[in-house]
Amino acid sequence: MNSISWRLATSIGVLLTAVILVLPSFKPMWPHKKINLGLDLRGGMQLVLEVETNKAVEGNIDRMAEDMKSEMRKDRIRFSQIERIKGERLQVQLGSQDMINAFDTFLNKEYPDLRELSRDTAAAQPTFVYGLQEKQVAHIKNQAEEQALETIRNRIDQFGVSEPDIRRQGSNRILIQLPGVVNAQRAKALIGKTALLEFKLVDDNADIGAAKQGQLPPGTELLYKVVRNPDTGRIERTPFVVFKHALLTGRYVSDARVQIDSRTNEPDVTLDFDRKGADIFANITEDNVNKRLAIVLDNKIQTAPVIQERISGGHARITGNFSMTEAKDLAIVLRAGALPAPVKVLEERTVGPSLGADSIHKGILSTIVAGILVIVFMAVYYRLSGVIADVALALNIVLIAAGLAAFKATLTLPGIAGVILTIGMAVDSNVLIFERIREELRIGKMPMAAVDAGFDRATLTIMDSNITTLIAALVLFQFGTGPVKGFAVTLSLGVVSSLFTALVFSRYLFDLLLTKRKVKQLSI
Amino acid sequence: MFQLVKPGTNIDFVRLRKFAYTLSLSLILGTFLLLWIEGGPKEGIDFVGGTVIQVRFTTPVSIPGIKKSLTAQHITGVTVQRFGNAENNEFLIHTDRFDMPTDKFSAKLAKILSADTKSKVEIRRVEMVGPKVGKDLRDKAAYALFYTLLFITIYISGRFETKWMVSGAMVAALIGGVYLVSLIGLGIYYLIGAALLITLVLFWFLDLRYAMGAIVALIHDVTITTGMFVFSGKEFTLPIIAALLTILGYSLNDTIIVFDRIRENLKKMPKSPLREIINRSVNDTLSRTLLTSGTVVLVLLALFFLGGGIIHDFAFTMLVGVVVGTYSSIYVASPILLAWQRKAKR
Repeated sequence: MNSISWRLATSIGVLLTAVILVLPSFKPMWPHKKINLGLDLRGGMQLVLEVETNKAVEGNIDRMAEDMKSEMRKDRIRFSQIERIKGERLQVQLGSQDMINAFDTFLNKEYPDLRELSRDTAAAQPTFVYGLQEKQVAHIKNQAEEQALETIRNRIDQFGVSEPDIRRQGSNRILIQLPGVVNAQRAKALIGKTALLEFKLVDDNADIGAAKQGQLPPGTELLYKVVRNPDTGRIERTPFVVFKHALLTGRYVSDARVQIDSRTNEPDVTLDFDRKGADIFANITEDNVNKRLAIVLDNKIQTAPVIQERISGGHARITGNFSMTEAKDLAIVLRAGALPAPVKVLEERTVGPSLGADSIHKGILSTIVAGILVIVFMAVYYRLSGVIADVALALNIVLIAAGLAAFKATLTLPGIAGVILTIGMAVDSNVLIFERIREELRIGKMPMAAVDAGFDRATLTIMDSNITTLIAALVLFQFGTGPVKGFAVTLSLGVVSSLFTALVFSRYLFDLLLTKRKVKQLSI
Repeated sequence: MFQLVKPGTNIDFVRLRKFAYTLSLSLILGTFLLLWIEGGPKEGIDFVGGTVIQVRFTTPVSIPGIKKSLTAQHITGVTVQRFGNAENNEFLIHTDRFDMPTDKFSAKLAKILSADTKSKVEIRRVEMVGPKVGKDLRDKAAYALFYTLLFITIYISGRFETKWMVSGAMVAALIGGVYLVSLIGLGIYYLIGAALLITLVLFWFLDLRYAMGAIVALIHDVTITTGMFVFSGKEFTLPIIAALLTILGYSLNDTIIVFDRIRENLKKMPKSPLREIINRSVNDTLSRTLLTSGTVVLVLLALFFLGGGIIHDFAFTMLVGVVVGTYSSIYVASPILLAWQRKAKR
């Protein structure tokens, strides 16, 4: 009886654990979470973004060039040009031959990490080309990736999505899952916007016509203000020549809010700077009264008002006939900060809520029909033993659900297919055992002995025949993505739980039948 | 007591093997011919990239109608397919483009279609896969296939003859061989081919006849299933690869059970000729084979008819795979043992 009691104990233990794990999915209660439904079932949006990390490296070199210029001016080292050139390299062109020594000393002191790629000291204006250390490049890229992840997470939190899943995938990709998000367009605009906010002075002396031909004064660039005319619906582009150097950036923004302009009744975005930002802003406005200051967002000019007087409070306002949603989303991205580098959408999958509900409905329907077909078949073919197999099958499904809850796995539509497949395959173990028992009975063994022999001889075969399916399922789990992974999960769980239900649970029921009830004739 | 197969049934399966060989060979050749004509399997957007939009109309519309209104708005290069049953009025609109913002595209599509068809249009699903991701997913699928084959080969090389030393040597040789081939820098498909070839050669020289039977049956099943799939004009997607891998695992199941019975019977009746033992064993396990394949086919039919369009192709592939797998464990795997024995006698 010893063997019966351990089977009983194990079965009860497993059953109890399973019930505790599964119950919360039907009734919200302590302690476990519900079973996760995949996006294909609950509807929502999945994005795979690539962070263009080389842009972050370029930005780094650009900043380095700016820093180097001001430091060299301070050290009175004359240069004719310092700029980033193709291939993430920095090119320095000195003013004259006699600057070389001073420059070398300066570089050794201030930028010992730069890698010299080439130098041409023979020319009248010596030219040097530098690159970053590989380690440093890797660091910048990784940093950009982390920061992008953090920024996107911030934005989505403020956007208000319940249970978003945002994670790094591989070296430079970000996987975003937003359950229940229907307005894909808005979500994507919010996530994908670089939101680089810059304040740049307008060069009012520049000739716009010449600038359009590509003749720009040194240190300036041509940017456009793009406005959709509310009356005609036409898009109007106004060109501006601005100084490249950004006086202030969105890094110093501490808060951004939507406010309705009392005169125009249109929404604006009001910015608050932190203390350092407020100081810089006060200085800029003080030094440049009567000049125009352009507020540039992702290289598009939003507004370029004339500075009337020193602004000390640390507030600024962005106007630019926004819709209410646009203004709200702009405030969110400005609060959450800029992405360190632009992102590109590599993959996008959106499932509408009605399709998800349809899939759930069809999944449940086919599971029930498949279950009934198999249950009826087993009961008719193997009678009482078949009923035992059916009970085991029911337990099996509970165990799969419990497994999903325990591993916090996600149930997807292919996952439901995996459950259905398990219903068909799980009875295999029972069939193997029953056929063996029938054979043993035919040789004339007593029911008790036949059951013993049947289980013993079938056990090894059952193990074996399930291992190969398990191998396939595990490999699939390793390499599969999204819905397919859900299939691998339910299939693996199904294989493992069917081993348990067949070898431990049904065995216990048989033993119970034969010893407690002392059945002489086995119904099989 | 219900009995599908009466005890003592003794169908002479071995006698039918010539017919089975002809059938299998022609199906396999047919598959290769088909793949050659079609220039490889048709791949879905998971692997080649592109955009698929699933739309539903409230009133019946025709495919040419949809195409006409799209062409009128200069949206070309799209294919339109009906999705699911005709009364659902659902369609898949497929384009190779992945450069334009999908949300704008689908919004435009919905606007055009609802204006032209006077029917409410619901965008139910949008999938866009860029070329980079497509390539990654294809690689992943190929690696999944490769590793499944590798692990299963390792398992069955030791499993039947329980000569684990031989199997260890076999694994080492296989991994070494694959490594050498990978050094040449050929793609993963060549790697899979090379691994299969090495496996077959090794099984041959190491005299692992059960393993040989099992692996040949496996290749047989997956090839024919692929053939049927391509023949039906369906597209390869990630779930289909999942189905093929599952078939790899599942079809071996039947073969293992028949082979186990053969070895058991060999011990029980050492004097009988192999031909008789094979027949005896296939007949012994026939009832089980048909029953379990039967229940799996039963649930797959439920999935096929009730599971909806998204899971339809998956269910189809599994159905074909299970049927072919059952056939192969009776008619392909075991007769190979016999063929091998004849070779050994000569």
